[in-house]
Amino acid sequence: MAWLHTWSGLVVGWVLFAIFVTGTASYYRTDISRWMQPELTETATDPVAAATRAGAYLGRVMPDALGWSVKLPTAEDPAVEVFWWKDQDGPYHRALLDPATGERSKARDTKGGDFLYRFHFELSLPPLWGRWIVSVCAMILLVSLISGVVTHRRIFADFFTFRRDRSAQRGWLDAHNVVGVLALPFHLMIVYTGLVTLAPMLMPWGVQAAYRHDGLRYYTEAGLMPQMRAPAGRPGTLLPLGEIVSRAIAAAGETPETLWVTMPGDAAATVTAIFEEAPGLAHLHPQIAYAGDTGTEYARTGHVGAATRTGAVMIGLHEAHFAAAPLRLLFFLCGTMGAATVASGLVLWTVARAPKGASPAGLGLRLVRILNLGTITGLPTGLAAYFLANRLLPVDLADRADWEVRGFFAAWALAAVASALYPPARAWPVALGVAAVAVLAIPVTDILTVGQARFLGFDAAMLVLGVLLALGARIAARRPRTLRAPGTSIPRTAEA
Amino acid sequence: MPDLTCRLAVAGRVALAAFGGYAVAALSAALMALVLPFSRAEAVSTGTLASFAILAAVVIWVFAARTLARAALSLGLLAALLAGALWLAGAFTTAGAA
Repeated sequence: MAWLHTWSGLVVGWVLFAIFVTGTASYYRTDISRWMQPELTETATDPVAAATRAGAYLGRVMPDALGWSVKLPTAEDPAVEVFWWKDQDGPYHRALLDPATGERSKARDTKGGDFLYRFHFELSLPPLWGRWIVSVCAMILLVSLISGVVTHRRIFADFFTFRRDRSAQRGWLDAHNVVGVLALPFHLMIVYTGLVTLAPMLMPWGVQAAYRHDGLRYYTEAGLMPQMRAPAGRPGTLLPLGEIVSRAIAAAGETPETLWVTMPGDAAATVTAIFEEAPGLAHLHPQIAYAGDTGTEYARTGHVGAATRTGAVMIGLHEAHFAAAPLRLLFFLCGTMGAATVASGLVLWTVARAPKGASPAGLGLRLVRILNLGTITGLPTGLAAYFLANRLLPVDLADRADWEVRGFFAAWALAAVASALYPPARAWPVALGVAAVAVLAIPVTDILTVGQARFLGFDAAMLVLGVLLALGARIAARRPRTLRAPGTSIPRTAEA
Repeated sequence: MPDLTCRLAVAGRVALAAFGGYAVAALSAALMALVLPFSRAEAVSTGTLASFAILAAVVIWVFAARTLARAALSLGLLAALLAGALWLAGAFTTAGAA
């Protein structure tokens, strides 16, 4: 089992590190998006008028779409985010609208926190590829966690053991155990619930066996979606979307979060009002479907049974939308410990295999060292570049959102290549130092370019992250790899 | 340095764990969807949620088994039993089912 834990952890460690870091950042996805669009300030908006204007905009850009979606404005998030698409497989076009005019918002174009959120489960690859790769990594992590627990029969005693002064290898092993075990319930929960969020793609066989070719029926019978209508095949006129919003408010007593319009140009167009999750753990959005031409309600989500609700609670736990600030911080810290577990495990692999004396490092060891450096220090550098690009690129640059993403990948790649070419003994402190400087530049740049009091929290968080990276660089500089005391190495787990 | 047979045995376990594990998990999800005494949607949800635990258990078990042949044999038997039960439950009565 030790063997299984070591090798299953190694092969997916780099991808897992990126998944943990971007996923942990996604707990603050809306805060990141808000920071990245400083032009949008809290204002009172009228969701009814905003919906009508958004519908008029979408009717101009794609009247014959397969679907539109309209995220209605709220006081804290005053932009209207619209999507439109002609085909289920995309492309999905996106625009941010000004709720007061219904025209494209003047706020800077950015993917904001959504980029990190999507990277977390799609890795910026074509969605199907990215999701499968992430899922395979998650499955291997689940196996690695279980075999890791089996490996540590002394798991409770190990938890209170930290032999930092014994040898580098003992220190890394104990660090790996502490961050791994301290947040073990979180790690197990987050990986299992993560798999559940992608279950329709990963495990469609239950639906397939019970519903054959009518898979959508599962979602309506389970109470997750209202009944859908077949298209009429002739053109129809859609009511102003604001009219639907008014009816939804009257019916449910609250403003819907999103409107989902299916086949807006068809006589049987449907406008589905999707409401916020009810208070509680479950990720269940009540929905009411309206006929697009008459505005009469014809279906709504029904009763959700225990098993389906369990699945919804799992997804809710994964996304932590229910968590208020203190609990959200705890989730964030647990996610950070997940990233630290992966990173310390990766470093431990190389430390345990460091050649003694002057014998040269083998190809495998050198490769793992380079990938460790490029991932663990390169990713924070790339993230810093993403945030810096948001503040430094001209506001009206064409394809601005894409340039921010290019900045992220370019900085990550550059940092990884540079650290690979640097002499190994000095590479860690220098690479961590570069990441620290880049992250510390974020609050400075923000204060110089935008300087709004409401962003002080974000800037402070970057300051803390930068200081931690700088501390890491100092520790790496102080503790060269040769510190390993002879004769204390534990048996190589690969042969155990 | 492990020899070739050892490497092949490891590769075999990895392949068996991945494909065999997924096959058993998929068959169990389908079987639970058909035979559990809940409403159809609830049975599907239960099977789907449980399938990942089954997958993990099978993978661990493939790596814990004494020999690869033993793991392959018992996994094949388990898959055949599940497929037989699915057939009895009527999953294969029309083309295109799981």
